[in-house]
Amino acid sequence: MTEAIQIDHLSYTYPDATHPALADVSLDIAQGEWVAIIGHNGSGKSTLAKNINGLLAPTSGQVTVAGLPLTEENIWDIRAKVGIVFQNPDNQFVGATVADDVAFGLENRGMPRDEMIVRVDDALEQVNMSAFSSREPARLSGGQKQRVAIAGIIAQRPDIIILDEATSMLDPAGRLEVLQLIQALRERQSLTVLSITHDIDEAASADRVIILNDGAIKESGTPAEIFARGPELIELGLDVPFAERLKHALISRGVNMPAHYLDEEGLVNYLWTLHSTM
Amino acid sequence: MDITFDHVSFTYQAGTPFAGEGLRDVSTTISDHSYTAIIGHTGSGKSTLLQHLNALLKPTSGSVTIGDRVITAETNNKNLKPLRQKVGMVFQFAENQLFEQTVAKDIAFGPKNFGASDDEAAALAKQMVTLVGLPEEVLTQSPFDLSGGQMRRVAIAGVLAMQPQVLVLDEPTAGLDPAGRRDMMTMFERLHETQGLTIVLVTHQMDDVADFADHVLVMDQGALIKEGSPREIFADPDWLRAHQLGLPKATAMAEQLMAKGFRFDPLPLTSDELADQLLPQIGGAHHE
Ligand SMILES: Nc1ncnc2c1ncn2[C@@H]1O[C@H](COP(=O)(O)OP(=O)(O)OP(=O)(O)O)[C@@H](O)[C@H]1O
Ligand SMILES: Nc1ncnc2c1ncn2[C@@H]1O[C@H](COP(=O)(O)OP(=O)(O)OP(=O)(O)O)[C@@H](O)[C@H]1O
Ligand SMILES: [Mg+2]
Ligand SMILES: [Mg+2]
Repeated sequence: MTEAIQIDHLSYTYPDATHPALADVSLDIAQGEWVAIIGHNGSGKSTLAKNINGLLAPTSGQVTVAGLPLTEENIWDIRAKVGIVFQNPDNQFVGATVADDVAFGLENRGMPRDEMIVRVDDALEQVNMSAFSSREPARLSGGQKQRVAIAGIIAQRPDIIILDEATSMLDPAGRLEVLQLIQALRERQSLTVLSITHDIDEAASADRVIILNDGAIKESGTPAEIFARGPELIELGLDVPFAERLKHALISRGVNMPAHYLDEEGLVNYLWTLHSTM
Repeated sequence: MDITFDHVSFTYQAGTPFAGEGLRDVSTTISDHSYTAIIGHTGSGKSTLLQHLNALLKPTSGSVTIGDRVITAETNNKNLKPLRQKVGMVFQFAENQLFEQTVAKDIAFGPKNFGASDDEAAALAKQMVTLVGLPEEVLTQSPFDLSGGQMRRVAIAGVLAMQPQVLVLDEPTAGLDPAGRRDMMTMFERLHETQGLTIVLVTHQMDDVADFADHVLVMDQGALIKEGSPREIFADPDWLRAHQLGLPKATAMAEQLMAKGFRFDPLPLTSDELADQLLPQIGGAHHE
């Protein structure tokens, strides 16, 4: 039993909606795997996340988390295993202070106070927000809010973490820090990561990239397989990696370039070879 | 309509134990018809600065002059309506501002509030919803039954419907898909070019700064620490790094190539500039 999440012919239609938000989605995610979900606005990414922790119940099909079928009886066990950082942090805050907010999920589980304090301090430290622990969450900057929302989930040490565009307001350096933090957690404790993102660097951190289109899985593959699609990527819901953009700018100027995907390092080395054999 | 900051400081929750510095002695001018980008680390005061552009926040000391209105700590909240119409503000997490029962009503709210008739406001709603890349069907839907990115687009449409002279955008494309981000940035550019809108953009995307802005303000801990054209700002990568700021992707790539012996002058800011300067250094075109 090594599947963290099994999604079997899942369909979901919102009440009163004429069109399904998810249509016959099947997907298995292995324990410890990092999967990035990408796709256009409205393609069903957040709906999928909400079906995985039972915030929404499938119209048809079955979701299984850590071997437990998602049912009324299992829902609390499953929610204890799955932590979601939502798209908009303001919808997630419940505490009067940053520290209370991060503690909230732990308090609900009846964790002893001293252990809780350690966990909260540690989580805030990891997202560089220790100095803000007594502040009101609503009175933070956008990026600070996102950091606190992430701390609230990592404090709970879930087996599965779902990041729904959790770094959209961070600067590139801050985003990288968060991705490295998640990577480090994954090495320390077995953590399965599902990251919903429009960001190419975040998608590049994944083992596998899944493209959703109009509620259905359109494609899946390793980041390198997906990124080799070049300019077409933008239609699939992902930006074109810079190295690919430069490669195509050079091709349009009449330079012969390799067809396979080159990351930045690969491109720099290739250009250097051309330069030194001139 | 120029907007001038004269020694503006702002303290959040002034006079309470929670008082916190938001802006420190900021002086600058955002010129009429300019496209200004504001960059800076998380918590550096970008959103605080923006909220002074339509007097949502008032300086604790100093003054902000917006066209012919002077805003100081003493300014009262009366008669700010004309100002709010001239300066349209798309907030960070703009979707939090949605409140009406339907998308059409939400977008029409601003124009109606500023005196448009029901018909005019409805026509504007229809026009703007298309402009932000949404199908007309959403007009009758509740804004709360939309995806995050769709809600963001509705919020932007609502601000555009007020037909402001100054468009203030706080990370407007965060959460939009890349095609949407590109279309939205192109649309803002077009408004700037064809209708002369002044644009003030907060962004972490240095490529957008390089592609669109003509003036850049760099914030750090509430202070304005540098301003200039994108070329001036990005000419000093070490300084930017020291302030935890990034570079346009083309500039960063040029740096990596320089370490291998390539030469660039000036430092390229876009992939086209980089490709143009690379061409003679890799043996030119290889037309077969
Ligand atoms: N509460 C709701 N009621 C009805 N329809 C909804 C609701 N939430 C989302 N939808 C619709 O379901 C579809 C999928 O939405 P979802 O939020 O899953 O998209 P998403 O891929 O997360 O998009 P984004 O990138 O914009 O966040 C969209 O067409 C959206 O309009
Ligand atoms: N409503 C508020 N009350 C008290 N302090 C606040 C409030 N809003 C912001 N601050 C604080 O003021 C400082 C500047 O915040 P601001 O929101 O202007 O930052 P920012 O540059 O927009 O950051 P980001 O890129 O994260 O959005 C931060 O330290 C923040 O914690
Ligand atoms: Mg979403
Ligand atoms: Mg901000």
